[in-house]
Amino acid sequence: MATLHTRSAARLMMAPSVLLLLAWMIVPLSMTIYFSLLRYNLLMPGMEEFAGLSNYTYFLTDPAFFQAIFNTLAIVLGVLFITVVGGIGLALLLDQPMFGQGIVRILVIAPFLIMPTVAALVWKNMFMNPVNGIFAWLAKLFGLQPFDFLANAPLFSIILIVAWQWLPFATLILLTALQSLDEEQKEAAQMDGAGALSRFIYLILPHLSRAITVVILIQTIFLLSVFAEILVTTNGGPGTQSTNLTFLVYAQALLQFDVGGASAGGIIAVILANIVAFFLMRMIGKTLEA
Amino acid sequence: MARNVSTQRKLITTAAAWTIGILIFFPILWTFLTSFKTEAQAIASPPTFLFFDWTVENYFEVQSRSDYFKHFMNSVVISFGSTLLGLLIAIPSAWAMAFAPAKRTKDVLMWMLSTKMMPPVGVLVPLYLMFRNTGLLDTRAGLVMVLTLINLPIIVWMLYTYFKEIPGEILEAARMDGASLAKEIIYVLTPMAIPGIASTLLLNIILAWNEAFWTLNLSAARAAPLTAFIASYSSPEGLFYAKLSAASTMAIAPILILGWFSQKQLVRGLTFGAVK
Repeated sequence: MATLHTRSAARLMMAPSVLLLLAWMIVPLSMTIYFSLLRYNLLMPGMEEFAGLSNYTYFLTDPAFFQAIFNTLAIVLGVLFITVVGGIGLALLLDQPMFGQGIVRILVIAPFLIMPTVAALVWKNMFMNPVNGIFAWLAKLFGLQPFDFLANAPLFSIILIVAWQWLPFATLILLTALQSLDEEQKEAAQMDGAGALSRFIYLILPHLSRAITVVILIQTIFLLSVFAEILVTTNGGPGTQSTNLTFLVYAQALLQFDVGGASAGGIIAVILANIVAFFLMRMIGKTLEA
Repeated sequence: MARNVSTQRKLITTAAAWTIGILIFFPILWTFLTSFKTEAQAIASPPTFLFFDWTVENYFEVQSRSDYFKHFMNSVVISFGSTLLGLLIAIPSAWAMAFAPAKRTKDVLMWMLSTKMMPPVGVLVPLYLMFRNTGLLDTRAGLVMVLTLINLPIIVWMLYTYFKEIPGEILEAARMDGASLAKEIIYVLTPMAIPGIASTLLLNIILAWNEAFWTLNLSAARAAPLTAFIASYSSPEGLFYAKLSAASTMAIAPILILGWFSQKQLVRGLTFGAVK
C-alpha cells in the first residue's frame, strides 16, 4: 500500500525524533567515556591528563562502590517486592463489590502523583522524625522508645518511602488488568469447584502475568535511578549506608568535582543498567508479543 | 451477569478498602491539615487532627519568604514547555510509524524505549559541563530541552499506540470520496487523533512536573521548579513543618487534580498501551 513516495515522507517525519534521540544517546555518552579516561577535577582546571583506566580501578576498588551496588539492588528488589505483592493484594480487594469504590481508587493512586521531594520530606519530617514525627508519637502511645528511622535504618526507610510512591502505580495497573478478566471464566471455575486459592493460582495469576511484567519493567527503569528521595532524606548517609549508584556518582561529580571518577562511575552505571535492561527487554518482548 | 453478593460481605470489603485507602492517603491528608496549623500546633504532641485554630498564614509566609510564585511558574513553564515541544517533535514520527509502518518500525520503537533505560548519571557529567559552559545551567530553557529529550520516547510510544487504533479503512473511504490529503488530515484524522494527543499531553505534564533528577542537578536559585525549591526544605528549614506543608500542598495540588481526572489514560500511557 505504501508507495515509495509515502515511504520517504515517513522517513522525513520520523527524522527529528530519531536524530534527536540518537544525538542524546551518543554525544553525552561518548563524552562521559572520554572524561572517564582523564584525571580531571574541576577544582584544578587546566590540569587534565590522560589517566588510562585508573578512574575505573579507583571506583571498582572503593568499598563505597560495593555498598552502592548493594543498596541499588536492595532498593530495586525491596520496592518491587512490596509493590508487586501489595499491589496484587490491593487490586484483588478493590476489584470486589463495595461502596464508594471510585473514591477509594482516588485515595489509593494519590501518592503516585506526588513529587519525590515532597513525598520524601513529608515522610522524613512529619512521620519518621524521632521527636516530632507521628511514628514517634505512636511508639510513645504504646510505651515504646521512639525509633530514629533515618539514622538507624536509612535504607529500609528509603525503601518504605519509595514503595509508598510506587504502590499506587502497581495497584492501578494490576486492577485494570484484573477488570479485563472475563467474569464468566471466574464463575465457570467456581462452579467446577475451584476454591479461592486455586482460582487465584490457575486463573487470576496467569491473567495478570503480562501486567506484572509491565509493572516490573517500568518500575525497574525508575528505581535504578532513585535520587531525590535519598538527597533530601539521608544525603546518602550515615556514611554511605543509603548511597545508591546514582547518588554515588552525583556526589563524586557535583560535591567532589571529580569529573574523571564520576564519569567512570557513570559508565559503570550504564553497563549495569544495560545488563538489567537486556533481561527485561527479552521478558517484555516475550509477553508483549503475546 | 450479576453476582449475588451478600450485603454483609460487601460491608466488610468496603470497610477494609476504605481503611487501607485512608492509610495510604494519610500522609497527603496530614500535609494538607498541617499546612493550616501554626508551627507550634504542627509539632504538638499529641498531634491535633481537626480541632486547631485554622490559619492560612503559612501560605502567605511561604510566598513572602522565598517568592514561591516564581518557582511555581518555573514548574509550569518547564513542564508545559517540554511537553509541547515534545509533542511537536513526536507527532509526525508517531504518525508515520502508525500509518506508514516499515519493516524496521518495531525496532525503532524498541530502541526508543531502550534509551529510557540509560541511567541519567551516565550523562550527568558532560551535560552539567556543557550547560555550565554554554550558560544553560539554571535556566528554564535548558531544563525544557533536557526534559523534552528524556520524555520524548514516552511521548512517541503513547501517541503511536493511540494513532494505531485509528482505523486505516476510514482513510481509504475518505480518499474514495475524493478527499485530498490535506482534507483527509484536517477533517478525518485530526478529530480522531485529538483524544490521544490530549492524554499524552496530560500524562507528560505530570511526569515533567514531578521530574526530580535533572531539575535538582541543573537548576539553582533562578530556574528552580518546585521539586528543587521543596528540596531546599531538607535543611533545618524543614523543621518548620507548617510552612513545609503549605509549600508542599501548593506544589502537589494541581497535579493531584490532573491525575485524578486522567486515571484511565494514566494506566494506558504508563504501560505504553500494553495494559488498557
